[in-house]
Amino acid sequence: MDTTLKKRLERTALEIRIGVLEQMKARGFGHVGGSLSIADALAVLYGSQMRFDPKRPDWAERDKLVCSKGHAGPAVYAALALCDFFPYEVLKTLNQPGTSLPSHCDHNKTPGVDMTTGSLGQGTSLACGLALGERLRGRDTRVFLIVGDGETNEGQVWEACMFASAKKLGNLVLLLDVNGKQLDGCTKDILDTLDLSAKVKAFGFDTVSIDGNDIEAVYTALERTRNGGDKPYAIVLNTVKGKGVAAVEQAKSNHSMAVSTDQWNEWLLSLIAQLD
Amino acid sequence: MELIYDGSMDSRLFKDIIGQTISKLSAQDPDYIYLDADLMSCVGTCQWATENPERGINCGISEANMIGVACGLAANGFKPVVHTFGPFASRRVFDQVFLSAGYAKNDITIIGTDPGVTATFNGGTHMPFEDIALYRTIPTATIIDVTDVPMLISVLKQCKDLPGVKYIRVGRKNAAKVFADGTETPIGPAITLREGKDVAIFASGIMVHEAMQAANKLAKSGIEAAVVNFFTIKPLDTDTVKKYAKQCKNIVVAENHNRIGGLYSAVCETLARENTARIDVVAVNDEYGEVGPQDYLQKRFGLTAEHIVETATALIG
Repeated sequence: MDTTLKKRLERTALEIRIGVLEQMKARGFGHVGGSLSIADALAVLYGSQMRFDPKRPDWAERDKLVCSKGHAGPAVYAALALCDFFPYEVLKTLNQPGTSLPSHCDHNKTPGVDMTTGSLGQGTSLACGLALGERLRGRDTRVFLIVGDGETNEGQVWEACMFASAKKLGNLVLLLDVNGKQLDGCTKDILDTLDLSAKVKAFGFDTVSIDGNDIEAVYTALERTRNGGDKPYAIVLNTVKGKGVAAVEQAKSNHSMAVSTDQWNEWLLSLIAQLD
Repeated sequence: MELIYDGSMDSRLFKDIIGQTISKLSAQDPDYIYLDADLMSCVGTCQWATENPERGINCGISEANMIGVACGLAANGFKPVVHTFGPFASRRVFDQVFLSAGYAKNDITIIGTDPGVTATFNGGTHMPFEDIALYRTIPTATIIDVTDVPMLISVLKQCKDLPGVKYIRVGRKNAAKVFADGTETPIGPAITLREGKDVAIFASGIMVHEAMQAANKLAKSGIEAAVVNFFTIKPLDTDTVKKYAKQCKNIVVAENHNRIGGLYSAVCETLARENTARIDVVAVNDEYGEVGPQDYLQKRFGLTAEHIVETATALIG
């Protein structure tokens, strides 16, 4: 991987994290853990993989992203703002009355959000429908599907995986954010998912398992999904929930956090300091 | 609109008409796409889908996924129509329809076959008396309870290009002939099948035939019953509800559904504020379904012309 590109994408990931904290600072609370764990993947996706035009968010030929773990909306919003889909200042309206940035991703409210999600599991089938549609339309696009490890508790995820494989959706890229935690605690204690990499592989996905907070590893894994083929791709992102902010990483419960403005600010400044 | 009701049954089966209409509409519109959850053989689409694998998608026995896939296709500009049995097309996929289709504004048509007692030998597990109630709570959804073959063809055609969530409940066997072939039944307005001044019978689906039979019987006792076909349960034709409330003063609602949440509820909600009529209902009395032939089940759950006659007579007093 080109060093300049790597540096640029690492910076984008940091900027996404800053954008996440900006949103939560403005509102006082939010789904911080799962937004921070997926920041690196979003930086690589929007920074080097996806074809899009911020002036035409509904451009048919764009690549599409379905964030099925819809509560990671703030991370997606930060990425979209950095790509000029809407002004950066809008980030400060997260979850305010009448906002275009609700807690969970909403295609009808936010320019650049490709699919409405929030009821866990449903984004997986929606992404399959999008991918099938792309193929029927004869487009050379990719559909990226972000699913949380906790989300795989939902049976619909596995219905969709079976469908993707059976219908040979080689334009679908599943990114499994395995951050090891869900709302009530550790995934292994609540409903152990066991080896998700082996599972998606058994479902017929072309699967790799990587450090999901390593820009180069994510980039390399995504580059090879440009080839298409007749198998859907799965990239198991082994991540840390709350990645990038030590106190959030260490917090026992970090799915959604409500802390003081001063606290958000302290975390924010620690990230901003890393920009130089 | 030509009415041809004489009490005789159509020899054509709904299930064949569903298959024929889907293949016809698909030939007319390249965006029309059909999905099923391993029940293609039940609606005569199996052969066609095998020959047209890009237009007929078998999702296997995974209804939730099927709804999501249809919605993803809708987001890509397709006009999906999905089919499964009524209980799976409603309560099993309610969250998927509510959010992935309704809330997310992905427009799809859902066909739920074997509504209510028409599920016959599949029995109580497959007998939805609650599907209308569920769909009524989805904002701006369209709900159709099909009466006969020409109506089925007409509403399938209309639903293709109608925005929002559209739910069509229809049997798979045959039904009494009501409308002449080629009749268009625009979604929305109720259709008066017979005028009367003493009591108005509001009916949908298989209960339209029972209502017409009941009106004949009532006439013999000197009671003039109007029969109004409320095949569009949502959006309800509230003007017609109010008109007959004034005109007849007595209303009997007849539906192949639980009395809770269906057409009867919709009529009562319409009239609650300024009611001018007495209203009673011939419907399932808050029970689960059971197995049996349709004539047995209609008697068992009180869904016959005789039940309508009794209810109407008692109401008029």
